[in-house]
Amino acid sequence: MAENKVTVMTCVTCPIGCTITAEQDAEGNVISVKGNTCKRGEAYAKTELTAPMRSLTSTVKVRGGRHPVVPVKSRTPVPKARMFDIMAEIAKVTVDAPVAAGQTVIADVLGTGVDIITEDSM
Amino acid sequence: MELRYDLAVIGGGPAGMAAALRARERGVERIIILERAEKLGGILEQCIHTGFGLHYFGEELSGPEYAGRFIKEVEKTDIDVRTDTMVLSIGEDNTVTAVNKKDGVLKIHATAVILAMGCRERPRGALQMAGTRPSGVMTAGTAQKYVNIDGYMPGHKVVILGSGDIGLIMARRMTLEGAEVKMVCEIMPYSGGLTRNIVQCLNDFGIPLHLSTTVVSTHGRDRLEGVTIAKVDERMQPIPGTEEYVECDTLMLSVGLIPENELSVAAGVELDRVTRGAVVTEMRETTKSGVFACGNVLQVHDLVDFVTMEAQTAGEGAAAYIRDRSAFDGAEYIFTKTGPGVRYIVPQKVNIHAPEDVKLFFRVGAIYKNARIVVKADGERISDKKHVRLTPGEMENVTIKRDTLKHLSPDSILSVEVEE
Repeated sequence: MAENKVTVMTCVTCPIGCTITAEQDAEGNVISVKGNTCKRGEAYAKTELTAPMRSLTSTVKVRGGRHPVVPVKSRTPVPKARMFDIMAEIAKVTVDAPVAAGQTVIADVLGTGVDIITEDSM
Repeated sequence: MELRYDLAVIGGGPAGMAAALRARERGVERIIILERAEKLGGILEQCIHTGFGLHYFGEELSGPEYAGRFIKEVEKTDIDVRTDTMVLSIGEDNTVTAVNKKDGVLKIHATAVILAMGCRERPRGALQMAGTRPSGVMTAGTAQKYVNIDGYMPGHKVVILGSGDIGLIMARRMTLEGAEVKMVCEIMPYSGGLTRNIVQCLNDFGIPLHLSTTVVSTHGRDRLEGVTIAKVDERMQPIPGTEEYVECDTLMLSVGLIPENELSVAAGVELDRVTRGAVVTEMRETTKSGVFACGNVLQVHDLVDFVTMEAQTAGEGAAAYIRDRSAFDGAEYIFTKTGPGVRYIVPQKVNIHAPEDVKLFFRVGAIYKNARIVVKADGERISDKKHVRLTPGEMENVTIKRDTLKHLSPDSILSVEVEE
């Protein structure tokens, strides 16, 4: 029978960066999380070992704005494995000024359920 | 043009905005913010990554979003804002001379002044690097502006020197935009950036971090073609025989930030040798009466949230000064002193009659595990706290109780040290 797997990781939820030790059983289920100083750390460790997620930020081209690009972000974290695919989608977009902060530029990007929204007005 | 204000704030970034807003809340009526750029917000405009605001707002915002919240608040008030305005000097009587295209020369007679000019990056000239001077060598912040504001890529094969946060953030940004980031070299045996940035900006993308390694030479005539890296010894000198050539067209420098204090020095403000920011009291008043300082012009912060909080303290200080300056001019101060393991402490002076508890901010000089931070008043231990991990990359703080201060005399010494 396979042994339990222990992973040591740094939580990236906030700048404190707790060192977390998580234990998984042979099936990959997370059975214990230690070292976190808040609940978000536990949630982070669990998703990190099963389906890691990351916030994604970039820029999209804007016509007639103060600058040639406007910054955008994923409204919530996206699957880490899909970051480059989403970047390719973001690169295809051009918006027209004026742009408001918080405006959706891509709804439900690549079926992830996450919108790409502007961070600033332009 | 001659103008009269109670408070002139120099710099409209996160520090300047928070200081002006807090002073307004505390009853200061005539406030002006002088900003060199075309809009308020400072460097946050180009910091499009998230991670701002977790402490102050309890949510994760991007730089433009964080700035946007304060810009909106400023717009709701009667605080005057002059953008595209460059401050030239601060006179003896706190008269601020500034210039812009619309008004020409402005002479602003202010009772109090808040310095909130921020910092700038250490440039290549500050490093001892041999080789040619081709294009493709730039600070990480310059590269960040090219990519995030101007919308173009400064290169394709990148080496980053220095593991400060901006360098780490740019390693990820360039990778996501399709560049190959070959490595981050750090001359120190530890990274100067936040651990979370090493994880999510380097480890996530398999970018190696080479510690105790530096760039000794650049190659290429018109455009950078490569760099020579080498391991360094404990004295940070390159070790012969460890040189290695790395092909790249871009070298980004993330080798430290320097508070931008030319104006302060010219105005007669005394600087701290270590922070290179002003020597201040717990209200962030400098050695020049009525001149306060906050944010990265005072000490380089890791997080904008702490810049905001420090700026609020300065705003409160300026408001109190404008209300009654005699309380400031006649105050009795004690000096804070760095003990073993501590590089600097802000504030450097504390009013022993401070009406509230006082927080001392400091950085340690090396990485410590399971060490204690000990505060002593005249050699006697007044607080003692265990820390699992202390690193120069993360600012720490201790609170000094008002009751403790009360019992000190003007020649007392308050020290902070690391005990292993």
